[in-house]
Amino acid sequence: MFFYHFGKYLLFLKNVFTKPENLKVYWKEIVREMNLIGVGSFGIIAVISIFLGAVTCIQTAYQLVSNLIPRDIIGVITRDSVIIEFSPTICLLVLAGRVGGSIASELGTMRVTEQIDALEIMGVNSTGYLVLPKIIASVITIPMLVVISMFLGIFSAYLIGPLTGVISGAEFISGVLRDWNPYIVFVALIKTYIFSFLLSSVSAYQGFYTKGGALDVGVSSTKAVVYSSVLILFADYLVAQVLL
Amino acid sequence: MIELKNVSKSFDSNQVLKNISATFKPGITNMIIGGSGSGKTTLLKCMIGLHEIDAGEINYDGIDFSKLDFKEKIPIRKEIGMLFQSAALFDSMNVEDNILFPLNMFSDFTKEEKLDRINFCLKRVNLENVNQLKIADLSGGMKKRVGIARAIAMQPKYLFCDEPNSGLDPKTSIIIDNLIREITLEYQITTVINSHDMNSVMEIGDHIIFLHQGQNWWEGSNTELIKSDNQEVNEFVFASKLMKSKYQ
Repeated sequence: MFFYHFGKYLLFLKNVFTKPENLKVYWKEIVREMNLIGVGSFGIIAVISIFLGAVTCIQTAYQLVSNLIPRDIIGVITRDSVIIEFSPTICLLVLAGRVGGSIASELGTMRVTEQIDALEIMGVNSTGYLVLPKIIASVITIPMLVVISMFLGIFSAYLIGPLTGVISGAEFISGVLRDWNPYIVFVALIKTYIFSFLLSSVSAYQGFYTKGGALDVGVSSTKAVVYSSVLILFADYLVAQVLL
Repeated sequence: MIELKNVSKSFDSNQVLKNISATFKPGITNMIIGGSGSGKTTLLKCMIGLHEIDAGEINYDGIDFSKLDFKEKIPIRKEIGMLFQSAALFDSMNVEDNILFPLNMFSDFTKEEKLDRINFCLKRVNLENVNQLKIADLSGGMKKRVGIARAIAMQPKYLFCDEPNSGLDPKTSIIIDNLIREITLEYQITTVINSHDMNSVMEIGDHIIFLHQGQNWWEGSNTELIKSDNQEVNEFVFASKLMKSKYQ
């Protein structure tokens, strides 16, 4: 069963990446999807990032109570945790629910209402037309959201630290700047590109091959969220193993 | 002209179509009728390439469509218009964008020419000033008419209609039937309609194929249909009291 779906997924991707019939029409779709995925997800990503950064700062401070440890280490740990793990992984897991579920239900509904059949009869490569813009839009906008999330996470920690008295602003800034290694941003972005591709393509695959009716659209959406979340976590482990 | 030669199709061990041969000529309304499960929808889906056939030929003006790959099918597909049972309009777009879609994809028209074509198609199906309406705001009859407008936007040579009257009131059904017939005659299109609506069959059925157990059981015109002595055909045609009182 696994190999059947894996093979079908690869063939699906092959169809997705065939030459578009009309670049202008595809470009319009990419812009529309970028708006839906990127702008539409900004709010939830902003809220999550603010809380992630704040909670990371407070919990790190709670665990580092020893006087032997310099307090600016809270800034170092918050920075590294937010950049390398929380922003790429937690945000992508949330987006798997928001974006992945939406992609699968949109394509699933189009399948059961024969809209995909209508495209195919017209001679349009339905896989390419419907899925390629979603993948491109995801791979462009989600990394942007993740970068914004990194800044918001660290900034919220910078605000919440002094506010709760766990660390002063100067100590936090000193920690954030200490032993700065840009390589962690590189790893975080590599993760984000891989996760974005997995999220959009796996969700699209689940939605595109929906069979049946409204109930099955729900099943496809659930599968899209579950499978893409598990694959994101698995890829997270692999990237960490290979790049760190 | 569309020619079917010994078309067979199975799903697992269930043979749905058995050696179906038929010819659908342009300029007349060809209808495929039959009871539920007789294979009407499967035959239509095979003809438009949504299902691969197991054996036989589907010839579009001499070209065997079933043997072509996806890319080779595209020129023929551009000449096909399809009206789905549910209309299958793109609900993320408004009426104008639905009709514009095939024009944007495949035509070299200028913006003005495209708009003229959209307005012409909408006028042809007796819908005007609905360009900006959302699909969700349309009635069932309007959706079917927009579906027809989209189907004829690229001036197709072949028009397929899957249960064009399902879910419509009798008056709107007649309007849709007449519209399909008028378009067929006007543009000399090869039209194939899949239906089990006997009113529609008697109204516009020039050439009828009756499917039974996946076979081409009977073939003829609507006047021949009511005079047929075939038992299965009679059971289907005169199933309603209305048909009995009107024609028997």
